[in-house]
This record gives sequence, structure tokens and C-alpha cells, in this order.
Amino acid sequence: MEPGLGSYLALSGILFAIGAVGVIYKRNAIGMFMCIELMLNAVNLSFVAFSRHYGDVTGQLFVFVVMSVAAAEAAVGLGIIITFFRNRLSLDVDDASILRN
Amino acid sequence: MVSVLFFILAGLAIACAVSCVYHKNPLYSAISLIGVFLSLACIYLTLAAPFIAIVQILVYAGAIMVLVVFVIMLLNLDEDKPLTRLRYLYPIGGALGVVLLAQTLFVFYAVTRTPHEASEQGKIVGQTMSIGTAMYTEYLLPVEIVGILLLMAIVGAMIMSRRMSEPNLELVEDASEGDKA
Repeated sequence: MEPGLGSYLALSGILFAIGAVGVIYKRNAIGMFMCIELMLNAVNLSFVAFSRHYGDVTGQLFVFVVMSVAAAEAAVGLGIIITFFRNRLSLDVDDASILRN
Repeated sequence: MVSVLFFILAGLAIACAVSCVYHKNPLYSAISLIGVFLSLACIYLTLAAPFIAIVQILVYAGAIMVLVVFVIMLLNLDEDKPLTRLRYLYPIGGALGVVLLAQTLFVFYAVTRTPHEASEQGKIVGQTMSIGTAMYTEYLLPVEIVGILLLMAIVGAMIMSRRMSEPNLELVEDASEGDKA
């Protein structure tokens, strides 16, 4: 007996909500980055579940594009994090307030 | 059988995700996140998507997380400090997460309740050959765009992580000269 489409979508929703709460709770930039990756993975899971359900390969191509964007985001985002740490000597996002004054 | 496997893997994924959010140490979070990626890769295998499963392990658990762990080790981070002011924002954040979860589950419930026709059983898509055929015929333009995006990301990462000391030094020297005058 195979689990239905609803089980996969429920798992995807739960992972997405956990990732969103993590983005709110985390206070260092790299933790927020990892939670965003978690949310992207949750969306990928629902794409693959729909692709399997409808027998259409388009969902898996979407997942491929999302993974490429995530890789680009990782490269640029970690570059930003390293530059931020070099200037401020911390990764606390509350320290990123140079535009406030 | 597949159902039992799915529930084991789903529980593992949720536990690793909660552990990723819960731990203050970024390295523990990163290792928990690798657990989420691996269990999701196994779920993709049960969904008859072997190509996506392998790419998940190669790109996410292999490349991206190695980069993240490398940056964590390089920067020698402290643990995440708890919020000293605005502590009441924690329950508000949790409540927002619960609302988001309810919304997502409701939308997905509505989607699964709408009439639709599922694929006939036994029709397997997602073999590497069918993905490659679709990628280079019907979806050629998105693949090209992704290539250009990756090129831009490489250039952007190199510019971003370059040492920008020269312009700052000039600014400091100008300021000190102004003080002397």
C-alpha cells in the first residue's frame, strides 16, 4: 500500500513551516541561510510528489531549476556572509544595522 | 511496505528539521540539515525519481552543505546568543509558524480534494533518460537561463568575497589628512 498524495504534501507543509519558524528564530545569518535551504527542500518534495501523481516530468524539471538556484544562492550568500563577518566580526543579523543611521 | 518506509523517513526528516532549528550551535544545525537532505533523497527514491534523489545527494548534501560547513569552520562561530530584548517575539514567531502550517495544510487539503485524474499506475516518469529528453527539447530555454544564472553567481561570489581593503584605506587616509589640516 502506497501513501497517497496528501501524505507527501503534508510532510512538505510541515517541513516548510519548520523552516519558516527557523528563519524567524535564528539570529545568525548562516542559521537563517540553512533554514531557507530547508524551505526550498520542502517545496521540492511537493513538486516531486505532484510529478509522480500526474505522471508528468515537468515537476522534476522544476526541481532541477530550484536546485540550480539554490546552488547559486549558496555561492553568493556565503560570499556575503564572509564579507559581513570580515567587516563586523560577528554574524548576528542585529549587527547589520549600518543603514539605520 | 512503502507506507511504513515513508512514515519512518518522514519522521526522520521532521526530527532532523526540528533539531536543525533547535540547536544553537551552527555546526549541529548543519549536520541535522544533512540528515533532512538524506531522508528526503530516500523519499524521492520511493517516489520513483532516482535522478532527483541522486542530484539531491550530490548538490545539496555534497556541494552546498560542504560549503556551509567550510564557512562555519572558517569563521569559528560562537553559539547563537538568545534574544535579550523583545523576548515576547518568540511566542509570536511560533504562532505565526502555526498559522502558516495551518494555511499550507488547508491549501494542500483543498488541492487533494478537487477532482483530478491521476496518472495510470505503472507509467513511470522520472527516469534519467526521459528527464534528459525533456530538458534538451521542450525545456531548452530554461536550461540555458539556468546556465547563465550559474555563471553570474560565480562572478558575483568572486566579486563579493574579494578583499575590498584598498578603497577603505584611501577613505581612512583622506579622513586622517582632514583631521591634521
